[in-house]
Amino acid sequence: MTDIAAPSPGARRLGLSPDEAAARLRRRHAAEARFRAYGIGAIALAGIFLVVLIGDVIIKALPAFTEYRLTMSVTPTLEQVSSDGTTDPQALRGGDYDAALRAGLQQLFPQVTTRALRRKLNNELLSSGAAMALRDAVLADPAIIGHPVTIEALLDDAADLYLKGLMTGRRQTAGQGQAQVTVDGGTVLLRSTAPDFARILAGIKEDLRGQAAANRREAARLAAAAAATSGEGQREALSRRIADFEAKASAAEARAANAEAPETLTASRPSQLVFINGGIVKLTEIGAAEARGTVLVPLANTDAAPAGRWEIVTLTQPEADRRLDDQVIAWLENLKQRGLVSSHFATRFFTSGDSREPEQAGILGALVGSALTMLVTLVLCLPIGVGAAVYLEEFAPKNRLTDLIEVNINNLAAVPSIVFGLLGLAMFLNFFGLPRSAPLVGGLVLALLVLPTIIIASRAALKSVPPSIREAALGIGASHQQAVFHHVLPLAMPGIMTGTIIGMAHALGETAPLLLIGMVAFIVDVPGSITDAATALPVQIYLWSDLPEPLFQAKTAAAILVLLGFLFIMNGLAILLRRRFERRW
Amino acid sequence: MKFRSLASVAALALAGVAAAGTAEARDQIRIVGSSTVYPFTTAVAEQFARAGLGKAPVVESTGTGGGMKLFCAGVGTDHPDATNASRRIKKSEFEDCRKNGVTDIIELKVGFDGLTVANSKAGPDFDLTKEQLFLALAKEVPGPDGKLVPNPYRSWSDIDKTLPNEKIEVLGPPPTSGTRDSFLELVMEPGAEKVLADLKKSNPNAFAVAWKTIREDGAYIDAGENDNLIVQKLDANPQAVGIFGYSFLEENAAKIKGAKIDGVAPNFDTIAEGEYSVSRPLYVYFKKQHIGVVPGLDKFIAEYVSEKALGEDGYLSRKGLVPLPADELARVREDVKEQKPLSADAGL
Repeated sequence: MTDIAAPSPGARRLGLSPDEAAARLRRRHAAEARFRAYGIGAIALAGIFLVVLIGDVIIKALPAFTEYRLTMSVTPTLEQVSSDGTTDPQALRGGDYDAALRAGLQQLFPQVTTRALRRKLNNELLSSGAAMALRDAVLADPAIIGHPVTIEALLDDAADLYLKGLMTGRRQTAGQGQAQVTVDGGTVLLRSTAPDFARILAGIKEDLRGQAAANRREAARLAAAAAATSGEGQREALSRRIADFEAKASAAEARAANAEAPETLTASRPSQLVFINGGIVKLTEIGAAEARGTVLVPLANTDAAPAGRWEIVTLTQPEADRRLDDQVIAWLENLKQRGLVSSHFATRFFTSGDSREPEQAGILGALVGSALTMLVTLVLCLPIGVGAAVYLEEFAPKNRLTDLIEVNINNLAAVPSIVFGLLGLAMFLNFFGLPRSAPLVGGLVLALLVLPTIIIASRAALKSVPPSIREAALGIGASHQQAVFHHVLPLAMPGIMTGTIIGMAHALGETAPLLLIGMVAFIVDVPGSITDAATALPVQIYLWSDLPEPLFQAKTAAAILVLLGFLFIMNGLAILLRRRFERRW
Repeated sequence: MKFRSLASVAALALAGVAAAGTAEARDQIRIVGSSTVYPFTTAVAEQFARAGLGKAPVVESTGTGGGMKLFCAGVGTDHPDATNASRRIKKSEFEDCRKNGVTDIIELKVGFDGLTVANSKAGPDFDLTKEQLFLALAKEVPGPDGKLVPNPYRSWSDIDKTLPNEKIEVLGPPPTSGTRDSFLELVMEPGAEKVLADLKKSNPNAFAVAWKTIREDGAYIDAGENDNLIVQKLDANPQAVGIFGYSFLEENAAKIKGAKIDGVAPNFDTIAEGEYSVSRPLYVYFKKQHIGVVPGLDKFIAEYVSEKALGEDGYLSRKGLVPLPADELARVREDVKEQKPLSADAGL
């Protein structure tokens, strides 16, 4: 404020030469520049954290926003879909829609005849939601019964994960030689003119060498341990284990040394699928020039396939370590080749309630639950909070009692939220007998939680209105109440809004008090009123994050994004309202 | 005007509170209890609603103890109809139920949950005994003279030379968790019995303290209730070993592998056949007095024990529940069908 920058008479009085003064000025400027740099650095760092955090959440959430569907034709017959042979909606609701879907799948893969394979086809490809969708379609238009209809059936979560590339790595190499196909009993013999199979074989031999080395190391380590042990029995047991490892190592080495000898592919090795002549063969035994395998999807013919027209697909995750086996993956690959599976935006995520099937679980129930809870909270705590603040700030006499109240309000703002949950349990559920898990009770509890925040913020806002406004109003003859309600309160409104929004945002993220009043629950139906059972967004995030299916992890991240979106909308609304009410002077 | 409208909204809200104040008859089943059984009961609840048998039940995740408290608080529509439990009902809880009028409880044993000790695929293979796990994790272990000393073991090979030469770093559930209780009972107690057989005879109390107290010097890390988090940490740190439920091992078989315990590797078959010894039964308890009062409760129980749900290929086994052996399942079904209540002399 004061002008001390120039080397003026002031500087001379301090006994500074102009040079010294200039140096001091430079130092001060440098200090200021440093301070600014710190500030920018702090903001940049915070920005990076934010970007990394949100970026991470978005990347994890992406799989939740798309879903794969199978386009298939089904013919729901009256016997299947109606429990008593009529088209009465009640009878249609109890029908067996899975039967219609099973028939549709059978049409897609007519070659699947054995019982075990058919069960796999029926159980592992489609989501149980597909039958529900068909039921809804039939209920909406019973005229389609008996006619072929094309539906887009939702795929099961494991199939969905595979197609999204989240289940296993997938390497595709085009065949370089001409491949000859010989059907030999139940298996297929493939012979290539180029070293297509030799490459894979070499990889296996390499793995064997690694295994042998690991076994030798283990044997050596045990041998060292055996040397250090004194117990006779223990040493004997150890030497047996050492011999075991040595034997394994020798066997692996022997197999690795013979570079030409064929190797058997087991379920603990990456799967090798050969796509040839429209079919899929799973390799079971691989040699340098030829490979033997079982047919997963039948070949159209046994003609020789020219170079580049057949492919070897390597699934890097061994079959034993994934939820889908090679057969189901082969079906999926086949459907993809035929253009029958396609990815869609998952509107379901925003339009349905919770489900135990990850591909069907949606956020709408929790979103509506949160919205209803927030509504109850807002409706209760805004008038009460502002009323209390106006009375305490403008009308209340200053005495011991009001001091005590003020201290208590400030203390309440710091009480842990779980305490309010306990209070809610004791008061609203046990004493008033309100329904458990209801947004009404959630709203009441959260209103108690945010009231102190709103009262404190509102009082601060009222206090910050210049006294001149109040005095001018009183001066021209307004009553105290008129002065407050016509002049002071409107000017304090932006501050009150900000306080309220901070309080509400705090309430939106609470889970602890909701646990005690039963809102941490699995609820399928989207709540329709404030007394229906409901859950809330943070609770949904918590519940999903604890389920084992990987797709639920994606849904968790997606739910976090929805919660953030909800917050942005709430804050945006607050800014909008503040702009409208804001008055400057 | 603005204030008038606000005031009217507030009045409306209060009216709503008053209207809801009277508890009405419920048309929805309410279930509380263990978070371990939650994934299975919710699946049944959803199927129940899907099949049009009634409105979808509300399943709360409150923990076994909290669920029992709510369940035993009384009879009537203000109280839950069923509770999930990752252990059998305790004598004290049963008495408490009785006192509050919950006299007829139907016990449904639904299956098993295996507890696994697992590590990253990139880490060494573990083949542990319960004794070794006790020595690795207890706060105090017998020293050279047989007296209890603070746990001196830093790496697995300190315990037994044949174990990998890796630092002991175990991520497990916190003390509040039911999983932790099960781990103590299923692993630490039998492990301690082998090492501290004399102490058990001479001083049972000190023995109990020895197996119930997990070391606190950083080798055992409370990783929170969330098993997914433990899996992620194991994936990031190949040295570490984690303790969690079998269904998480099954879903994450690409990243982690289960340690053999007493020579048996954890998988679906070994747990189902009881060869893998670190597994616990899971239960759901129903109030018989609510059957007929809360619509659909009997149908819900029937759905739970149906072949479609609890059978060997049922949807619950696909969710990771290890089903009961066929003969035991038949017995459970029989009891449930007769609605046989749990009697006080059931050996609780």
